[in-house]
Amino acid sequence: MSVVTASPPRSTAGTAPPVVLTGVSKRYGDADSGVIALQDVSLDVRPGEFLCLVGASGCGKTTLLNLVAGLDRPSVGTVDVPFPDGTSHGTATAMLFQDSALFPWLTVAANVELPLRLRGIGKVERRSIAGDLLERVHLGGFGDKRPHELSGGMRQRVALARALAQDAGLLLMDEPFGALDAITRDLLHDELEALWLERRFTVLFVTHNVREAARLGDRIVLLTSRPGRVAATFAVDLARPRRIDSSEIATLAATVTDQLRAEVGRHGR
Amino acid sequence: MAVDRLTTLADGPTLDQAMAGLDALDEAGRPSRDQLSRRMWRATWPKLAALGLILLVWQIAIWAHWKPYILQSPATVARQLWELLGTSLFWQACWVTAEQAVIGYVLVLLVGGIVGTAVARIAVLRAGIAALITGMQTMPSVLWYPLGIMVFGVSAKAIILMMILGAAPAVANGFISGIDQVPPGLLRVGRILGARGLSLERHVVLPAAFPSILGGMKQGWAFAWHALMAGEFLILINPLSLGGRTVNAVTQGEWAVVVSMMIVIVFIGIIVDMAFSSVDRSVRRRYGLIDSAAA
Repeated sequence: MSVVTASPPRSTAGTAPPVVLTGVSKRYGDADSGVIALQDVSLDVRPGEFLCLVGASGCGKTTLLNLVAGLDRPSVGTVDVPFPDGTSHGTATAMLFQDSALFPWLTVAANVELPLRLRGIGKVERRSIAGDLLERVHLGGFGDKRPHELSGGMRQRVALARALAQDAGLLLMDEPFGALDAITRDLLHDELEALWLERRFTVLFVTHNVREAARLGDRIVLLTSRPGRVAATFAVDLARPRRIDSSEIATLAATVTDQLRAEVGRHGR
Repeated sequence: MAVDRLTTLADGPTLDQAMAGLDALDEAGRPSRDQLSRRMWRATWPKLAALGLILLVWQIAIWAHWKPYILQSPATVARQLWELLGTSLFWQACWVTAEQAVIGYVLVLLVGGIVGTAVARIAVLRAGIAALITGMQTMPSVLWYPLGIMVFGVSAKAIILMMILGAAPAVANGFISGIDQVPPGLLRVGRILGARGLSLERHVVLPAAFPSILGGMKQGWAFAWHALMAGEFLILINPLSLGGRTVNAVTQGEWAVVVSMMIVIVFIGIIVDMAFSSVDRSVRRRYGLIDSAAA
């Protein structure tokens, strides 16, 4: 598939247990008229790994993220998510959405502070943590703005800072850059990759965009649609930092796209 | 390894520089708001023009000798109003009415808020009470007058009861529709961020519902004020209140005083309404619900 050039150093990887899904099925509604969103999905995400899930509409990606986030329970099978010490299941995971899902009644800084506040961290400390995080995503001067005053890309960086404030070992990303223009998306790929190399949290990243998956992931898992099943897994052994327009990524993306098209084509009949 | 840089771009900008450039481009497209003085003038001149028009029609009626024994000229009323503003009795009347209004309205908010939140969050209550609340909202508060008299007799409490029964449903409805309209996605985000139970209500549900709640509060104020005025006119417990003073003036045929009091009552209504509107606008602007440049 692709050539191993150089692997970035893995500092904290291997300390936390992996995220493991075993034989997970999820059905909505009754046995005969209901919809099967996921069927017999087994997946393990290694600690510190950047795993990309690629699939067409109806691959159950939102269902899968909800299960991992603990917002929903599987009909069959088990979902094991590592619990960092002293936190509940809900804050074991952070999540980013396609729309930034910032709270419009709070300033940018207050949005980033909210998860800290909900954990009971004092005012002075959370202000300084939030300030550092905003600085880290290059939004140091924007703390007093309201979310609607920022561009889509800036809002996603605030959402990223808010997710980092949760200090969760696992970051779930639901097409976070799907609504952004190409230049902004490209810069945010760089930003996310840099943050991930620096902090080594585990990422489960869902996208329709095969190139994006090849740009960011350590592994790409291809899901089928209706019901969602694991169709194939691709390892992405490319050096970081990467560029989305490199030929290696284009080659890999072509391979994945071919298989994705084959999967989608089965539904045309 | 310099992971913070676009190392593969020879001599290109760093990620920091590229990001800052993009942000600057995004920022530049946003218009800034007009000056406060300009905005105030824009809000004020139509009101002044309308006032001028009313005065003109009034003066024409005087010139045409329409109902000359009852209708006083704007100048006479203005003199009367000025005289009234100089008496301590007038300010006492304002105080009596304001006190009643504040007590009544606070109770309206309390009852409406608690009932509204409970109905929105508890399915059984919703099935039982939601339709009743809507039904009560359509009832003119004057219809509660007999009930108030029967329960509390001729007293200030009877008026407060009229205010609560007349206005609390509007406030409750604001809470209900506001809480209903909270996008489920926001609740999901709140849970992921670690909000549970009461902290979810406090940090997500109520703030998200607030613009609608504010609408209910504003409507509730209008109903409460109607009920208070109706009460003061109908239940003559305090001739010193604004309503009571007006009724007295009617019985004594002091038409200039009657018109002066009407002007005062309308003026208070307009001022409170403007206060609500300005809070409403600033909330909407902060929530990003209106174009920040237009408001």
